[in-house]
Amino acid sequence: MHGPASGQPTSLTHGVDIKAIRRDEPQTERAPESTECLRVHGLTLYYGSKKALNAIDLVIPERCVTAFIGPSGCGKSTLLRCFNRMNDLIDGVRIDGEVLLDGQNIYGPGINVATLRRKVGMVFQKPNPFPKTIYENVAYGLRIQGMNTRRVLDRAVERALRGAALWDEVKDRVHESALGLSGGQQQRLVIARAIAIEPEVLLLDEPASALDPISTLKIEELIYELKREYTIVIVTHNMQQAARVSDYTAFLYLGDLIEFGKTKTIFTTPRKKQTEDYITGRYG
Amino acid sequence: MATTRLTHHISHQFDKELEDIRSKVLAMGGLVEDHIQKVLDCFARGDFEPAEYVAVNDFKVNALEIEIDGDCTEILLRRQPAASDLRLVLAVSKTITDLERIGDEAEKIARLVLNLRGAGGMSSYYVGMLAMGHHVRRMVRAALDAFARMDTEAAFRVAQEDKEIDTETDAIMRYLITYMMEDPRSITRVLDAVLSVRAFERIGDHARNICENVIYLVEGKDVRHVALEQVEQELRAARD
Repeated sequence: MHGPASGQPTSLTHGVDIKAIRRDEPQTERAPESTECLRVHGLTLYYGSKKALNAIDLVIPERCVTAFIGPSGCGKSTLLRCFNRMNDLIDGVRIDGEVLLDGQNIYGPGINVATLRRKVGMVFQKPNPFPKTIYENVAYGLRIQGMNTRRVLDRAVERALRGAALWDEVKDRVHESALGLSGGQQQRLVIARAIAIEPEVLLLDEPASALDPISTLKIEELIYELKREYTIVIVTHNMQQAARVSDYTAFLYLGDLIEFGKTKTIFTTPRKKQTEDYITGRYG
Repeated sequence: MATTRLTHHISHQFDKELEDIRSKVLAMGGLVEDHIQKVLDCFARGDFEPAEYVAVNDFKVNALEIEIDGDCTEILLRRQPAASDLRLVLAVSKTITDLERIGDEAEKIARLVLNLRGAGGMSSYYVGMLAMGHHVRRMVRAALDAFARMDTEAAFRVAQEDKEIDTETDAIMRYLITYMMEDPRSITRVLDAVLSVRAFERIGDHARNICENVIYLVEGKDVRHVALEQVEQELRAARD
């Protein structure tokens, strides 16, 4: 017992029932305060005969950051790519189970993959701007959608660049080549390009691992801002980064989802020994 | 989850650093326990030398606290520990604060004992608190054992004992008050005894805090300001 009064805690807490506060914590780790955005149900994926994902069940909450962590080859990038069907492009991939986006199975019949990818944007490890101007990079998705009105495009480009925290740095040179930007700026440009078409979900596959520490912090700050409007799923090898930016964390190992929960819980009191071993550096 | 420290980190250096702060905490605990014992020796033997030793040597306890605190800071900075490692560093950091305060209480008692030197020596009412003092010393020892073995059951048993200490305190206080009522000239000296009893009681509280730190370290459950019955339930749930 802390404090001089070792009998009743009430005098220390001014009548506040501490137990009631403590019991208030959600018993379930299933994103109770947030509605679901993506629901993964029994997702199994084979590369040829090799099983890369094993019956994954997972709910990704809306407008939160969910991080996938795990050792190399555990399936975290594969799982991320399932969310906008990027794995379709790989030969010999077979997928069972479903991924529901707003209640609709994205692997179901009649799904337009182009429409899906408009809803689910993706950013990769290495920034991949097109060899065009900054402006055209951001406007690209909108032009593909048939948008060519200059005024509308101007507004959308500025909004996206502001959203990606890049506007102030590039506003005087939006018509210069994107390839002249630094790595960190290029990565934010790619994020601007992704959010220009106003997706629901942003998939980030190691978005900061090729960047210097300052650019990394800028990206992390950006992620924090973006989650107000978008559902973000991030794959990262950097566990401190997962701990910093995410609200929920999923730990995958050898194609299995070992543990999913609030980031604070996963990083302070994980339930599974495998999770504990991995995040404390005892794995291997 | 009960985490036993069976597996090692990939970084052996990190293992060593964590082991290092753990053993330093136990060394600090040993020192504090020794100070309590010395104070009790004064009561038992009517001898002032051990009290002088404690009054002069409390700085060693303080120095260890600062040293271990520095080690914890360095581990947080360099290793960014997670899960049980993080809980260990936090538990160590809190435990050394409690140990330092136990050291302060022992020093306080030592100085109160030294006040008696010019006042005609040890009185019978000081002997009354000897049993309580030994009880508190055993609690500190048991709390440190629980920390060393990461034994939540033992930690819980020690935490329970704090209640007994509180009861003993009340009894001794009533006894001391009768002394003061019978002979107002004794008030100054009996007040010293009252303060000593209070200091022992505080040591019991700190021993309980250490036990709560052990439960946090092992189970990840924060059981501060939680009723003992509920702590027991949670521990049982964690074991099942």
